[in-house]
Amino acid sequence: MTNPAAPTTVLRRNSAELAGALPPLLADAQRLAAMILLGEHGRRHSGTGDEFWQYRVAVDGDEARQIDWRRSGRSDLHFIRQKEWQAAQSVLLWVDNSASMGFSSSKNLSTKGDCARVLAMAISILLLRGGEKVGLSNSANPPRAGQTQLLRLAQELSDNSDTNDFGSPDSHGMRADTRAVFISDFMGDFAGVQKALTDAADRGVKGALLQILDPQEEAFPFNGRTVFESMAGTLRHETLKAGDLRDRYLQRLAGRKAALADLAHLTGWQYFCHHTDAAPRLALTWLYHALERRR
Amino acid sequence: MFALGPIGFTTPWLLPGLIALPILWLLLRAVPPAPIRRRFPGVALLLGLTDDEVHADKTPWWLLLLRMLALAAAIIGFSGPVLNPQDPDTGSAPLLIVADGTWADAHNWAKRQERISGLLDQASRNGRVVSVAVLSDLPTDQPQFLSADVWQTRLAGLQPKAWLPDAAALNEWRANLGENRFDTYWLSDGLARETRADLLAKFEEKGKVTIMQSPRAVLGLKPVTIKDGALQITAVRSASVNDSAITITAIGLDPAGIERELARVDAQFKAGEMQVETSLSLPPELRNRISRFSIQGIHSAGAVTLADDGLRRREVALIAPNDGREGLQLLSPLHYLKQALEPTADLIKGGLEDVLPANPDVIVLADVAKLTVGQTDGLITWVENGGLLLRFAGIRMAASDLSRGAEDELMPVRLRSGGRTVGGALSWGAPKSLQPFKQDSPFFGLEIPADVNVTSQVVAQPDPQLATRVIASLADGTPLVTRKQMGAGQVVLFHVTANAQWSSLPLSGLFVQMLERLAVSSAPGTLSAEELGQSTWTPVRLLDGFGQLADAGAMAGVAGQELAAAVVSAKMPPGVYASNERRVAVNALAAEAELATATWPARIRVEGLSVADETLLKGAFLVAALALLMLDIVASLWLSGRLTGPRSTGIATVLALVAVSLADPVLAQDTSDDFAINATAEVVLAHVITGDDRVDEMAHAGLTGLSDVLYRRSTIEPANPVAINLETDELAFFPFLYWPIVASQPVPSKEAYAKLNRYLRGGGMIMFDTRDGDIAGYGTGTTPEARKLQKLALGLDIPPLEPLPKDHVLTRSFYLLQNFPGRHQGRAIWVEAAPVDAEQAEGMPFRNLNDGVTPVIIGGNDWAAAWAVDAQGNYMAQVGRGYSGIRQREMAYRFGVNLMMHVLTGNYKSDQVHVPALLERLGE
Repeated sequence: MTNPAAPTTVLRRNSAELAGALPPLLADAQRLAAMILLGEHGRRHSGTGDEFWQYRVAVDGDEARQIDWRRSGRSDLHFIRQKEWQAAQSVLLWVDNSASMGFSSSKNLSTKGDCARVLAMAISILLLRGGEKVGLSNSANPPRAGQTQLLRLAQELSDNSDTNDFGSPDSHGMRADTRAVFISDFMGDFAGVQKALTDAADRGVKGALLQILDPQEEAFPFNGRTVFESMAGTLRHETLKAGDLRDRYLQRLAGRKAALADLAHLTGWQYFCHHTDAAPRLALTWLYHALERRR
Repeated sequence: MFALGPIGFTTPWLLPGLIALPILWLLLRAVPPAPIRRRFPGVALLLGLTDDEVHADKTPWWLLLLRMLALAAAIIGFSGPVLNPQDPDTGSAPLLIVADGTWADAHNWAKRQERISGLLDQASRNGRVVSVAVLSDLPTDQPQFLSADVWQTRLAGLQPKAWLPDAAALNEWRANLGENRFDTYWLSDGLARETRADLLAKFEEKGKVTIMQSPRAVLGLKPVTIKDGALQITAVRSASVNDSAITITAIGLDPAGIERELARVDAQFKAGEMQVETSLSLPPELRNRISRFSIQGIHSAGAVTLADDGLRRREVALIAPNDGREGLQLLSPLHYLKQALEPTADLIKGGLEDVLPANPDVIVLADVAKLTVGQTDGLITWVENGGLLLRFAGIRMAASDLSRGAEDELMPVRLRSGGRTVGGALSWGAPKSLQPFKQDSPFFGLEIPADVNVTSQVVAQPDPQLATRVIASLADGTPLVTRKQMGAGQVVLFHVTANAQWSSLPLSGLFVQMLERLAVSSAPGTLSAEELGQSTWTPVRLLDGFGQLADAGAMAGVAGQELAAAVVSAKMPPGVYASNERRVAVNALAAEAELATATWPARIRVEGLSVADETLLKGAFLVAALALLMLDIVASLWLSGRLTGPRSTGIATVLALVAVSLADPVLAQDTSDDFAINATAEVVLAHVITGDDRVDEMAHAGLTGLSDVLYRRSTIEPANPVAINLETDELAFFPFLYWPIVASQPVPSKEAYAKLNRYLRGGGMIMFDTRDGDIAGYGTGTTPEARKLQKLALGLDIPPLEPLPKDHVLTRSFYLLQNFPGRHQGRAIWVEAAPVDAEQAEGMPFRNLNDGVTPVIIGGNDWAAAWAVDAQGNYMAQVGRGYSGIRQREMAYRFGVNLMMHVLTGNYKSDQVHVPALLERLGE
């Protein structure tokens, strides 16, 4: 930093970049979340909360002030108005922001990373709306509820400082009885995923694995003499006949998916593979139900 | 030049380069294609995978072949291939190119020009000087030997003439050829001629002679004659090699005045015959219209023969006075006329009223003094349109008051009462003979037989104009025949009877000749020199070498004797010549003409006309090489996978662009079809694009709003409205056009107006909206829009208009309405006026109006603004205030619904008038 003005310039530029990226991310996520109209699903028990749950005949021991006089006036009995029990749960998100997520095969498709971030934000919006606490597993901030958290999440998600080729899930911040969502292409080291997932399972964390792939990664439409390079350039593979590799590549990809599904099954997680050219709503719906099911 | 079959090479030493091709093959096979670098996250899954084959993808054989072909094409292309290489003409002497340039050349003149052009090219390459001469149009001085390029520029100016070379001019030119030696190319027209031998001898004396002559026979048409009422058509040819069929067409003006084919006849030349005759029988009406005959598909003056008076049979109506008694035939006033005219004219008999509609060429009134007013009017009209009224005197005329006090319109002169008799039993003097005809008389030149004399006549009253009207007079100067021009026609009076009562004229041959000169009858056959007389004949229409008729322009006249000789030349080209009323045709081919093929001595080289041209193939080969290389680029891209994959978009775009640009016309076709299909699949409202964006947008939104309302309230379910460009779009698809008037909009082009008028006639409706209903009513012309409307409507076929009457069908086609507000509560709107005879029937609420939808509605209430809704369905313009505004908009919509109902169902509601009557009838 030879230039004294540089830090502020950098800061301003970064903040502009952030501010630039945030609204679209938020807007995309909001729009996506708006497609799923879900109420605040409560715990199906009476408890403290805002929503009406049921009228119950007053029994001895109920305080007189609990009696709902309007309801009681319509009958000879006294009724107590009960609210539904609403408890917040923590959901930890891990969104892969490594270099490989920056890939998109065509200008018309968003990168895998963008797709992942939008999905993460959308599920966050849905969860926050449902009163849950949401946080990122690789962030210093604990899961929190409320609309401010949304902005914080957006800011943290927009930070793609990871220059590694492939990322592996971060499970160190997970406490027992939280839920977790891992969004990545899971193209990197499988051991990392395995370790994170078993760690999580050990702590009783349940959750969902969302694999995001580009259609080209599914199709491998290459021919001829080709040098394949990873996004950050650390990995490289040269072939003389790319077309011949297709079947074996697809086999390996299927193997990787099967391994992920198996691992998820073993640890009681859910696994889903989403493609960037598919409608994100499907992935979001799946994700929402995957989180809701085990609540 | 090195040659392989029909292909020669200018630089053959490049050809051994082809040997390098197999080496290239091996090289290309050995070198693998360069790798592509791709970013691909899935590489992690690829790690450790090895290729099955150690060898790189070999370049496939077909790509190699493509490249070899490209290279081969390039090598061959640069070695300069020439198709049909012509032996270079080694001569360096000056070159004389001679073309006959007669009508026989005309049919394939273009080919001859091409041939000359080829010769000039060759001469240009060899640096020879050239002179080009056309024998039918020889220069007066020595041949000019110039550079071939100069002649190349003059080549287009060389045209064949309709006549044959003039022997005298040819001799002069031959003698004038100069001292220098030259080679000669002679493009012969293929017809034998005496002048050829001398000329050939002269050319041979000067140098090498080559003749070019087409082996095809030359066809000609001789003058058509009439025999037994049928046209005798004779076609001749120059070579009698085989059977060949020709079609001869007769061309003339149809009743509408348009030149077209009137009849056609086929003829078949038999092998060995030089001549074929065929006859064509046509009704006189049709035959008289024929202006020329031509052999179909042959463009030369010789294949055209012109029709003249000889072929015309005039229709002559003979009207005799009603005397109501059976006369003796020889005393009939018409007897001698009939005798004179029957061979050469078609006679019509009948009453004047019956004859006039047949529009004869001539009406003869023999001693008819009294005509009714109707007859007189009819005759005047007929004469003024070009008829010839020929009147004869007689007892009745002499006894009547016809043209006595004042000149009768249908008489050339005033008459004295009674007439006179000379040389009779009770009179002095001898019968009068005729005075020789004066120069300005149409009879000038006719010989007067000595035995023609006149004993009685009606006498003309001396008048200032009398002298100009007399065309024949007696020896004592009294007029015998007088004439007056009247409109396009004329009235001629013979002051004697048409029979031999008053004179011996009708008994003489002079009578027939006089009738001929008056063009009452036409002379059969060709005219002799005497008949043609000393008169001068001016050309009217002339044939060019190609057989096209054109106006003669300011050509000088031709003397009668020359015309009789009928030798066509530059001074007297074939064509139609006229003197007074008579017309004579001079044809390129005379009646006695024979065609024969020109023969040449064996020592002379004779070539055909068509010689395979030398074609340079270098360009074609190089283009092929380039195309193959282009193909190679695409193929290599495809092979190496660059057409697919992340980085291929640019290339794919370029390719797609190329494909699109190639497929562009088809695309345009598709879109116009789409336009038609969209416009016709459903009812579509349309508005005219004015060029003012705001108005156009409002019009579109207005029609959208109206469409929505129609959809909700009625069975009309329109699709989205469209904007119409009057210049480019087809209007016929739309039942209704909304045309907002903007003062600044351009006036449509003529074509657009034609389209609009067609649209209006075809049942379309245009609604003009001046949008100024708040400040002016229609017709005041006080606003710029109203003035613009007046300007726009000038070119339109708009019927008389009236303010919308209270019982117009628009007031009840769906809703019952009496006013028609838009955004403005304007005054009257105007529609096509009801017919004057529309009456209100007894007990009916409405007049019984005619059929049809008004083609235009003109108003200024800015309806579109009242109807306009935006994409969300919100109203776009404020209409009125408060509840009354809502009501006004509602009424505007109702008017729109009524309007569309009227447009689509026409006067259906008007027919409701008849419902009571129909019900009554049903009840019975």
